[in-house]
Amino acid sequence: MSDITKQSLSELVENIKSKKLSSNEVTKAFVERSEKSKELNAYITEDYANVLNKAKKFDEKPNLDLKLPGIPMAVKDLFCTRDLRTTAGSKILNNFVPTYESTVTQNIWNEGAILMGKLNCDEFAMGSSNETSFFGNVQNPIDKNLVPGGSSGGSSSAVAAQLTPITIGTDTGGSIRQPASFTGTVGLKPTYGSCSRYGIVAFASSLDQAGPMAQNVKDCALLQEVISTYDEKDSTSIDFKRNEYSKELTKDIKGKKIGIPKEYRVDGMPKEIEDLWKKGIEYAKDCGAEIIDISLPHTNYALPTYYIVAPAEASSNLARYDGVKYGFRAEGENLIDMYEKTRSEGFGAEVQRRIMIGTYVLSSGYYDAYYLKAQKVRKLIKNDFDEAYKKVDAILTPSTPSSAFKIGEKTNDPVSMYLNDIFTVPVNLAGLPGISIPAGHDAKGYPLGLQIIGKAFDEQNILNIAYAMEEKINFKNNITDWWVK
Amino acid sequence: MSKNKSEYLINRHDNQYEVVIGLEVHAQVTSQSKLFSTSATKFGAEPNTQVSLVDAAFPGMLPVINEFCVKQAIKTGIGLKAKINKRSVFDRKNYFYADLPQGYQISQFKDPIVGEGKVILDMPDGQKEVGIERLHLEQDAGKSIHDLDPKNTFVDLNRSGVALMEIVSKPDLRSPDEVNAYIKKLRSIMRYLGTCDGNMQEGSLRADVNVSVRKKGTKEFGTRCEIKNVNSIKFMQMAIEYEANRQVDLIEDGQTIDQETRLFDTKKNETRSMRSKEDAHDYRYFPDPDLLPLEVSDDFIENLKSEIPELPDEKKKRFIEKFKLSPYEANILVSDIETSNYFENVIKKSDVKLATNWIIGELFAALNEKNLEITESPISAGNLSKLINLIKDGTISGKIAKTVFEQMMEGDKDPQKIVEEKGLKQESDPKALEALIDKVIDDNRDKATEYKSGKVKLFGFFVGQVMKVSGGKANPQLVNEILKKKL
Repeated sequence: MSDITKQSLSELVENIKSKKLSSNEVTKAFVERSEKSKELNAYITEDYANVLNKAKKFDEKPNLDLKLPGIPMAVKDLFCTRDLRTTAGSKILNNFVPTYESTVTQNIWNEGAILMGKLNCDEFAMGSSNETSFFGNVQNPIDKNLVPGGSSGGSSSAVAAQLTPITIGTDTGGSIRQPASFTGTVGLKPTYGSCSRYGIVAFASSLDQAGPMAQNVKDCALLQEVISTYDEKDSTSIDFKRNEYSKELTKDIKGKKIGIPKEYRVDGMPKEIEDLWKKGIEYAKDCGAEIIDISLPHTNYALPTYYIVAPAEASSNLARYDGVKYGFRAEGENLIDMYEKTRSEGFGAEVQRRIMIGTYVLSSGYYDAYYLKAQKVRKLIKNDFDEAYKKVDAILTPSTPSSAFKIGEKTNDPVSMYLNDIFTVPVNLAGLPGISIPAGHDAKGYPLGLQIIGKAFDEQNILNIAYAMEEKINFKNNITDWWVK
Repeated sequence: MSKNKSEYLINRHDNQYEVVIGLEVHAQVTSQSKLFSTSATKFGAEPNTQVSLVDAAFPGMLPVINEFCVKQAIKTGIGLKAKINKRSVFDRKNYFYADLPQGYQISQFKDPIVGEGKVILDMPDGQKEVGIERLHLEQDAGKSIHDLDPKNTFVDLNRSGVALMEIVSKPDLRSPDEVNAYIKKLRSIMRYLGTCDGNMQEGSLRADVNVSVRKKGTKEFGTRCEIKNVNSIKFMQMAIEYEANRQVDLIEDGQTIDQETRLFDTKKNETRSMRSKEDAHDYRYFPDPDLLPLEVSDDFIENLKSEIPELPDEKKKRFIEKFKLSPYEANILVSDIETSNYFENVIKKSDVKLATNWIIGELFAALNEKNLEITESPISAGNLSKLINLIKDGTISGKIAKTVFEQMMEGDKDPQKIVEEKGLKQESDPKALEALIDKVIDDNRDKATEYKSGKVKLFGFFVGQVMKVSGGKANPQLVNEILKKKL
């Protein structure tokens, strides 16, 4: 089969289970395509020899009862993987090889999948374009000059370019949904507490959440049911009844009430986005959903709130990268000198910027004005959603205020870069699940995404809505294999 | 009157200064594993052998609260008669140091697990109440070792993440003696509870000492200095004495005191400035987003209350009421749990009054001489109890008992056996005594005649002779009785 890499995860699982394909055949196909796709720079670390061995081993004694039998998968390089270098896209962890496995990836391997390699991302997941990675920027398979979004840019690029059947990213302020939107793929940020954070390099602990990135909603549902488990090793993991999301997936969303928040009509939003949103509303209606206008009055404050809370937590979370125990160390005259040199050379500009912002907002004398106030606003934002969910079952918004931008276009304008997260950030602040599905193209032919936001723990509902709308939208990605060598 | 006598004041010229002291005690929680990880906490292990990925702050590692440590902290709070906060919050205290792998210490800042409480001190001139401001849980840091290599510092992370209780007193202490009594009482309460072993040599109990002085009679507090990390009561007392005098000298000299953190140099016996208020760290405290607020239910607290043993104050009261001990005796016997356990074991089967005297007198002196703790006593409670019974039932005299006791100290021998083997049994058979006495009277006819003619003082001579002839074993009471009849 020459078109193996074109198959969706669900198809591959089906074909392996029915023995039409072996893990080896599938793995070889994805490895070969990955090798021909180096120009995208989607990988930071490749583990092809090992994955081929694992595929052979799987085929020797295939356990076809597993959910991801012998499926090769590359994952974002923010997940710690035992014996395979984990960098978080940073020089400071350039040489770091964990002796342990993140819970989320362990869950995946437990279901039979095998690791192909580690995917590029913004340094410590801080960025919206994958341009802050120490390992260089990633190209969007849609167009050579486009960013793939960020921070899970390697992941979105790899899924869109079919270098991996599916992948996982992490989403702190939009890092799964925005790159999914930029590459015409599906990305789910689950409810905070749904997926364990154990073994994921931390950016902002109260916002970070792992989630699936896939070619379609069904694949996304399948991976979500694999990765979402209660984990005692993460104190913020929540013990709730998790669905078998893929099995319970339905297109019947008749009578579902979908809210349209007026505050998401932001100033200067391109008409294309406005039109996409309108189209989305029509699709939802076509599926039998009821559309209700709602208000999320504190939306305006979400971005500034996020850019206080996230850097504050990051400034503390990244203190452990000090050159003492592991990772990169620059020699210094004394301890302080070593710290300064290690962290100046080891962290890139964006990470340093956020550490400084975070340190500032936590400083005595500023704490009340910034961090404490931001926490209060965060509560108000959450209350907005709670109010809205008294009236609706889900909320529909655009995923991003624009389509993918050009590489280098926003690198010198951090604020304009931050504005890209305007629709995704409130969801993280409120700890809710959100999914981005491809819904159309702009005039340049670049993909655009719609976001469906759910109630906490209600992943099944937004997956169902996405599944129903996906069929109506019938999106096709315009990808030529321009990069394949 | 007596109150004034023990008042600790510093005199300079015509001025009298009072010393105000508050303590921040760091007590290591007795627990098999650390506050947020499952690593062991054994003292004296090889460096870096009790370190988990969490303790060493590897990427993606997360803290998980150790429920046992929470229980220990709440129990301690109950022992301090303190308010238990059903909701408390763990914060990050951010600073860089080589032995602080996370780059922050997880502590409790605004919302500690235990609020206000109190400790009662028994001072020579009566009881004194010392207020407890709060108790919170926090992680210990690792240890930096600077003297193993001329250029490098070594780091041992065995302590990293070990659970500590920081117990903050109100500024209620007024003298080095009160500090001594306070630390001992706190230690005693925690040892009764089994929440901290109080071992200062192993660093299980350390304190930051806040000292200020003010002219006697003044209401306002003076500017305080904090003496960091003092690890013995003696050093605390020395540091306070030095520091209080230093501050008084400055005031008398017309200078002001800078609020600062100081170190106590145990070799030079002086405190030295470590950093001024201006140089104080900005720890950027904020709630640890890896941990949810700690919430405990009323039931959880009630269950722990039911596990609280009788504490020193209550035990003292019971000893006084039930056993008619003097407050002095009771204080000594309850001061640590092992002593009180020993005492209660001895009196299970023997006379309380004799047991009290023997423990506080002979036993303590003998242990002191050998530099032994009560738990290391060569004489078990059971054997001491037997010895006391031998005295009580007249088998041996008090004097012989001391000989037997000395032999028991050489090894835990059954006093009954010693008495038998050495033939130390008291002679209480009237017939045998009569024979003895007859012989003594016979041998001293002239003295007997003198006695009968009115020289009653000679009675003592006859008692002495009988005892001598019996080898000290004659029952003195019976000897008296029989002699009186015979003479």
